[in-house]
Amino acid sequence: MLSPVIDGIYQAINLIITLDPEMVEITLRTLYISLSSTLVATLIGVPLGGLIHFKAFKGKRGLINMIQTLYSVPTVLVGLFVFLLLSRSGIFGGFNLLFTPTGMVIGQSVLILPLLVGFTINSLSGVQKNIEDLALSLGASDFQTIYTIMKEARYALIGAIILGFGRAISEVGVALLIGGNIRGFTRVITTTISLETSKGNIALSIALGIILLVIALIINLILNYIQEK
Amino acid sequence: MNNRLLAAVIILIVVLLGVGTYVYSGAMDGKEVLVVATTTSLEDTGLLEEIEAAFEAKYPNIDMQVISGGTGIAIEYGKNGDVDIILVHDKTREEELIEDGIGTKRNPFAYNYFYIVGPSSDPAGIKGMDASEAFEKIQEEGEKDPEAVEFISRGDDSGTHSREKKIWKAAGLDYNNTVQNAPWYVESGKGMGDTLTIADEKQAYTISDSGTFLAFKDKISLEALITESPDLLNVYSAIPMNPDKVPTTNNDAANKLVEFLLSSEGQKIIAEFGVEEYGQNLFTALNGGPEPTALFSSFLVGQSELAA
Repeated sequence: MLSPVIDGIYQAINLIITLDPEMVEITLRTLYISLSSTLVATLIGVPLGGLIHFKAFKGKRGLINMIQTLYSVPTVLVGLFVFLLLSRSGIFGGFNLLFTPTGMVIGQSVLILPLLVGFTINSLSGVQKNIEDLALSLGASDFQTIYTIMKEARYALIGAIILGFGRAISEVGVALLIGGNIRGFTRVITTTISLETSKGNIALSIALGIILLVIALIINLILNYIQEK
Repeated sequence: MNNRLLAAVIILIVVLLGVGTYVYSGAMDGKEVLVVATTTSLEDTGLLEEIEAAFEAKYPNIDMQVISGGTGIAIEYGKNGDVDIILVHDKTREEELIEDGIGTKRNPFAYNYFYIVGPSSDPAGIKGMDASEAFEKIQEEGEKDPEAVEFISRGDDSGTHSREKKIWKAAGLDYNNTVQNAPWYVESGKGMGDTLTIADEKQAYTISDSGTFLAFKDKISLEALITESPDLLNVYSAIPMNPDKVPTTNNDAANKLVEFLLSSEGQKIIAEFGVEEYGQNLFTALNGGPEPTALFSSFLVGQSELAA
């Protein structure tokens, strides 16, 4: 049963070359939502991870364990949780965020936040203790010390951001439950694949899958370029 | 490296703001939003896409947003106040919804039939029976040889699933105890298209709305074995949410959609939909007539003539 795959590759090339308007629209929306949620989660997650790493407090081990457990939280569970919050009958119902791209950004941010917090802690722990000692012995202030350690940990941090983005762009649970897969408004690549497959359009699904992988490749190349000196 | 990272973050934010504005502007642009929850069959066949295009052309100020799911989830969205109108096909639950004051009125706008479909070899020999007889036979043969005779159920609380349960009941079988746990009974938990694909892979029986089945006919090898049975009638209705219960609902636009669906323009789209692509109409328009109660599939002929 290889023919749908070949058909899909052919169709993907065709969609890309002709810049099919619907494909362009879905791709842009997918990028917007997943990049936004990665940005939001990074801006919250990295400082939060730093705070947890640099502060000594009771229950720190337990907190880190809990964060790490949340790496494997099912996307549909996060979707359901955020759905209940954003629904008009929920706590944040008044904001009318359910079935909107903004709602999806919130959902995906919640989904990947634990990843970014946890991997920030990991990557900071990976920096050797003697660098901290060295910085302090050279008369660095607290801020300068933290800055030096963050700088040393940047490769691991960018790895965490790539991982977070990968989880955001590839997930379907949050996108479907919060977005509702509305044509022209909240439909992203993964939900389109799911819909087209249930409509029996296997080739189009494969084409969209290929496009998603190409996007992931480009994003990774850009991030790798940034982390190189 | 730091400057570069900072520059990258700034560029990213600017790009996102730009794309974000683009993403929203296309859809919003000062328009009012009408959120519609629909059963999968209306969306998967492509009918609603045509209705949406025509409706938005008529009311350029309304942005119709369609969320597709089973009847069960559509009703749940309606209860929560997350949608303005639902398009569903489960009369019993619809009437409950009206009684509870959550929906304002049932507006039947189209119908077709459920088909009992299965492999063309028909291992249980149900062809020509009526629906409940056929289910009884499938159960009998399934118990004898679960390898040869299987039934795939939606199992998702959708309108189709709820009809299926009614037929099991009409066949005198206890759904929860006898049917659901039987070795020949499989719950897919998915939409109609997926369920048809699974049934095709397993060469099993299932029940499908005729619209989705006809749209899928060329992709699968299953055959519609029973199409004429009084208990297979499938009526679709539109129910706007009650503004007294859900104050935020866009009742005005919801009523406009109902009006459009029932108008001769809307009914014509329904009656003609699929004729070109599938050789016959997938849905039958009511054309102002009363809601059908128990009919036979001979309507297909009449309707095609009308559409032609």
